[in-house]
Amino acid sequence: MAARVVVAGASLGGLRAAEQLRAVGWTGPITAVGDEPHMPYNRPPLSKRVLAGTAPFASLALTPRANTADVEWRLGTRVTGARLRDRVVVLDDGEELDFDGLVVATGLRARRLRCPGPSGPGSGRHTVRTLADIRALRAELALPGVRLVVTGAGFIGCEVAATAVGLGVAEVTVVDVEPLPMLRPLGEFLARALLRRHEERGVRFALGTGVAGFEGDGRVTGVVLSDGRVLPADVVVESVGSVANTEWLAGNGLDLSDGVLTDEHLRARRGADGAATAGGGAFRVGSEAGGRAFGVASEAGGGSARGASHEAGAPPYGTTADAGCLPYVVAVGDIARFPNARYDGVPRRVEHWSIPGDTARHAAKVLTAQLCSQPVDFAPFAPLPSFWSDQYDFRLQSFGSPELGHDDVRLLDGEADGDMLVGYHRDGRLVGVVGLGGPAAAAAAARHRSLLLERPALSPQGAAS
Amino acid sequence: MKVAVDMNKCQDHGQCVFAAPDVFRLDDSGRLAYLSDPGDAFRADVEEAADVCPMQAIRIEA
Ligand SMILES: Cc1cc2nc3c(=O)[nH]c(=O)nc-3n(C[C@H](O)[C@H](O)[C@H](O)COP(=O)(O)OP(=O)(O)OC[C@H]3O[C@@H](n4cnc5c(N)ncnc54)[C@H](O)[C@@H]3O)c2cc1C
Ligand code: SF4
Repeated sequence: MAARVVVAGASLGGLRAAEQLRAVGWTGPITAVGDEPHMPYNRPPLSKRVLAGTAPFASLALTPRANTADVEWRLGTRVTGARLRDRVVVLDDGEELDFDGLVVATGLRARRLRCPGPSGPGSGRHTVRTLADIRALRAELALPGVRLVVTGAGFIGCEVAATAVGLGVAEVTVVDVEPLPMLRPLGEFLARALLRRHEERGVRFALGTGVAGFEGDGRVTGVVLSDGRVLPADVVVESVGSVANTEWLAGNGLDLSDGVLTDEHLRARRGADGAATAGGGAFRVGSEAGGRAFGVASEAGGGSARGASHEAGAPPYGTTADAGCLPYVVAVGDIARFPNARYDGVPRRVEHWSIPGDTARHAAKVLTAQLCSQPVDFAPFAPLPSFWSDQYDFRLQSFGSPELGHDDVRLLDGEADGDMLVGYHRDGRLVGVVGLGGPAAAAAAARHRSLLLERPALSPQGAAS
Repeated sequence: MKVAVDMNKCQDHGQCVFAAPDVFRLDDSGRLAYLSDPGDAFRADVEEAADVCPMQAIRIEA
């Protein structure tokens, strides 16, 4: 039988990987395994137009390229384990699929708050990651007089709050341990402006406090904050970050401390103690409160990762790295923790919609070269991150890595109450821009994109090279 | 090659403009304008544009 590639995870990253494998000339069989019952669909509208009811569920379907016509989709099927040395993945029905190349695209799941009180279906506690999540949440928000508490003021939490206001939800309160919403990805200046915009539209905030528990018998009636206050609530959205779906890879000696650590070509790296750290990532993320949706992964994860890769004596990038990685296993999308040669070489997970496409393009080239015994002699992966967020009638549009430039933030154009263009600098150099406002603000951000693309890479110390 | 953008889906993200600047552009107010019948030479660019459109609004017809 011809060599086979198995793609684990059938969402944006899995689909793009299959398309790109075909685009670079991989002709062997491709089997994509996904535990959701749907063909790959688009997540960003979930917290925006789909929750608002202005876009039907059906509009979410991603359109696969024609070149994926012969890809086998095993949907509603979970990968439960892998023996990478034997090149086998195990499915939930017990079947074992052998592969020659493996694409890891199992993404993230919403992190749950672990604290006392009602939980489970019917408790009124929701997450926002899948179509099923939104169906359930929409039904409950439609009830009259609903009081919503959103725990976690990251992008997803703030989008849900904005959408809920638009739906006419009676009371919307957002809780976060940080002093401002979206603080980590955007920094204080924009976070303050966004807080004001949300408050003007009627959202209340409880900031600088965590969640201690939930009141209610079977169903939530209130959220107990760690400062002792109780917020009455009929519906709770938990948007407190995410956990990488790496459990099925445990026991293979990979570094799974926060997603799948890769080399500069997205090949899975060996870890000092892969099996032992497999559950650790989830745990460490779980011990932090504070909503951080599609931002760059937490410093906590990044920091320890840095330690781990240095212990292993691995340079951040620039070598063939075959000794430290599994050349036939690549990771794409939200789950990949990769060094970005454009910046400082520190491996990070990046939860932006553009990343599954970018990683898939590079990883497909790498995997195909490996499987065809050709050299992997192209430049290291160096995407320009970009994300957007829609809240009310305004959009945030970001290019580059604002979180690397929080210490030097400048208003490049506009004013605090209107459209704004904000620049983030490191060592005097522009490393990210964010436009806030209408289409013109997004377009202004886009005009800086080429500038961000052209700049030479930051050296590992962060000094301009 | 025919290109169609579903303007009910398009939300002026402009990602298509980066991928295929000869086919898509944003006008001064940030709204999308595009060529509906670009030459076949642009096929790869337009496929790329369709991929990167966050709203999946771009369709390539034949
Ligand atoms: C509500 C929401 C709004 C967003 N909005 C924006 C936005 O405005 N802008 C932006 O830039 N980004 C946004 N994002 C982020 C963007 O959607 C993600 O970056 C993107 O979905 C990542 O795709 P992925 O394929 O890597 O992972 P995922 O989409 O998480 O896909 C992983 C898939 O693998 C499946 N899976 C997991 N484990 C297994 C297993 N063991 N076996 C089989 N299948 C498995 C999962 O069920 C899932 O289908 C948003 C995300 C969400 C959830
Ligand atoms: S990328 Fe998509 S949404 Fe954005 S302007 Fe182009 S067609 Fe419209």
